[in-house]
Amino acid sequence: MPLLTDWVKKAIEPEPSSQQRNCRLPEAGERDEDELLAVRNLSVNVKSSSRPVIEGIDLTVGRGEIVGIVGESGCGKSVLSLSIMGLLPSALKLGGGELRLNGQSLHQASQRQIRSMRGKHMSMIFQDPMTSLNPTLTIGEQLTESLRLHLKLGGREARERAVLWLRRTGLPRPEAILSSYPHQLSGGMRQRVMIAIALCCEPELLIADEPTTALDVTIQAQILDVLFRIREEEQTSILFISHDLGVIAELCDRVAVMYAGQIVEQGTVEELFESPQHPYTIGLMKSIPKPEKKGMRLYAIPGTVPSLHDRGEGCRFQSRCAHAAAICLDAMPALEHRGGSHAVRCFLASGERREMDV
Amino acid sequence: MESKSTLTMRLGLAIIALLGTMAAVSLLYVPYDVNEMNIAGRLQSPGALHWFGTDNFGRDIFSRVMEASKTAFLVGAVAVTIGLVAGFIIGATAGYLGGWTDEVLMRMIDALLAFPGILLALILVTVFEPNLFQTMIAIGVLSVPNFARVIRSGFFQYKEAEFVVAARGLGASHATVILRHVMPHIVSPIIVAASLSFSTAILVEAALSYLGLGVQPPDPSWGRMLSESQSYIGKAPWFALAPGVFIALTVLGFNLLGDGLRDLRDKKT
Ligand SMILES: Nc1ncnc2c1ncn2[C@@H]1O[C@H](COP(=O)(O)OP(=O)(O)OP(=O)(O)O)[C@@H](O)[C@H]1O
Ligand SMILES: [Mg+2]
Repeated sequence: MPLLTDWVKKAIEPEPSSQQRNCRLPEAGERDEDELLAVRNLSVNVKSSSRPVIEGIDLTVGRGEIVGIVGESGCGKSVLSLSIMGLLPSALKLGGGELRLNGQSLHQASQRQIRSMRGKHMSMIFQDPMTSLNPTLTIGEQLTESLRLHLKLGGREARERAVLWLRRTGLPRPEAILSSYPHQLSGGMRQRVMIAIALCCEPELLIADEPTTALDVTIQAQILDVLFRIREEEQTSILFISHDLGVIAELCDRVAVMYAGQIVEQGTVEELFESPQHPYTIGLMKSIPKPEKKGMRLYAIPGTVPSLHDRGEGCRFQSRCAHAAAICLDAMPALEHRGGSHAVRCFLASGERREMDV
Repeated sequence: MESKSTLTMRLGLAIIALLGTMAAVSLLYVPYDVNEMNIAGRLQSPGALHWFGTDNFGRDIFSRVMEASKTAFLVGAVAVTIGLVAGFIIGATAGYLGGWTDEVLMRMIDALLAFPGILLALILVTVFEPNLFQTMIAIGVLSVPNFARVIRSGFFQYKEAEFVVAARGLGASHATVILRHVMPHIVSPIIVAASLSFSTAILVEAALSYLGLGVQPPDPSWGRMLSESQSYIGKAPWFALAPGVFIALTVLGFNLLGDGLRDLRDKKT
């Protein structure tokens, strides 16, 4: 896979880039100049049962940095991104922890304050471009809505800027697209429109929740290219969610692996791909299809993600882990630093497990 | 099937258009003064001079039916407007906020709905003095639950739709979300509800006027005309027939329109 060779190349000839500055995990309470988004010990609970859907999430996104989040379906990636945006569905609510954008607490902000930040300082694009545009409004109406709101642009200025952004996302004949309805566009075109809508007010943070999952491979590569270019040109920070490690390796500076509502491993792309330490990460990497293994059965991690009700006391991955020991059943490993910015939530990697074994 | 519901809808529309035109014309012109009595010419059968005949006071029934259609449409329009506005406020609030707000509002609506409609209208009209204005308000109140429910369920369906969440993610205010992103999707069920409420309103107005509580004499109303015609049913059947047919036609028209629209919409989804 060309994506994998890319990171190998990058790893062999390390270039001093923005990643280097951000590869340290700041301690709680500490504020880094380069830090744009800080998520500290965040949890989100189900309202009715108070069960945590995600918990103890620690994540930093630096300025101009692309941070990836990977994990199987249902591990809480969308819940995490919606909680940052303040858009949790009514069945869920924020639990403990802290959320900061630009040093400003999102937890303490009023609904009104958060609303004024959405679209202007942080934006989000969604998985399914078929359903995330309003079918009753033209593309132009939807694009200019936030330009009028946040940048207070008049009709003509808003239109001009809308055309500019449609062009930047690589859409041909943007003037014609402005007056069309979503159903007249293909999936790839709609996702470009979504990107234009999300970025036209130049937010510092873009959250992209599996923006290419619903698209075919060619279109996917083009969309990734658009995101990458915009990061280069605008220094937009991107929180990029995907279940595809290949895509993450290609696009991101750093990556966090999520499993059953927790981060189980994080680090720079190099750290993670060179020396994955959590058995789940290793399993995910083994399940990437590779050309030299053509004809062989694809590896799949045995078992399924435990549901909210089946999460026990111990390590969440324990039921699917080939190396699970007694301690893994009884105690929850902490997310521990492993040198550099690399952190892992596993007894196996931390040494405690070894003591228990002998 | 497709053509059948379209046909139903078109037929309904045609009937309503016909009656609506008649009501509109009555604003400008009626063949005879509706209250002009002519004792010598009472209970004439239909003919060239009096198309629908005359009543027990010799008044022209066709003119009175025309004049009454104006009242019927006015009552329907005002009642539907009241129901729609109040139903929107209640339904949108309940649906958008959900939770206990929804519980409280919907229990109120249920209570209103559990009460027999005509009885409620009777109470409302008798508590205040019976006249056309009270009647319209009473009938409007009766149609609130219908609208509130339709609008509430629309909000439940759409408020967490991805494009609504996406719009909120761009900083859209509550008003923008409600009016621009949710409401346009509920327009067609609202039109269905409106047309069914319209026919109910006309029926209730006729019933109240029949009982002497709606439109007051000497103003004509289909319901009143029916009740006045009762004693002459054997001698002058046309007297009862005209308002009866018009009530039936109007109700039929709005029901056909509503049903046709609903079928068309159900088929689309
Ligand atoms: N509206 C909701 N009500 C209750 N629980 C929810 C709701 N939304 C999500 N959850 C819970 O949160 C868990 C994580 O969901 P989430 O959508 O974040 O997964 P995901 O990682 O984004 O998966 P995918 O890759 O399929 O998008 C779900 O398994 C579910 O239990
Ligand atoms: Mg998701």
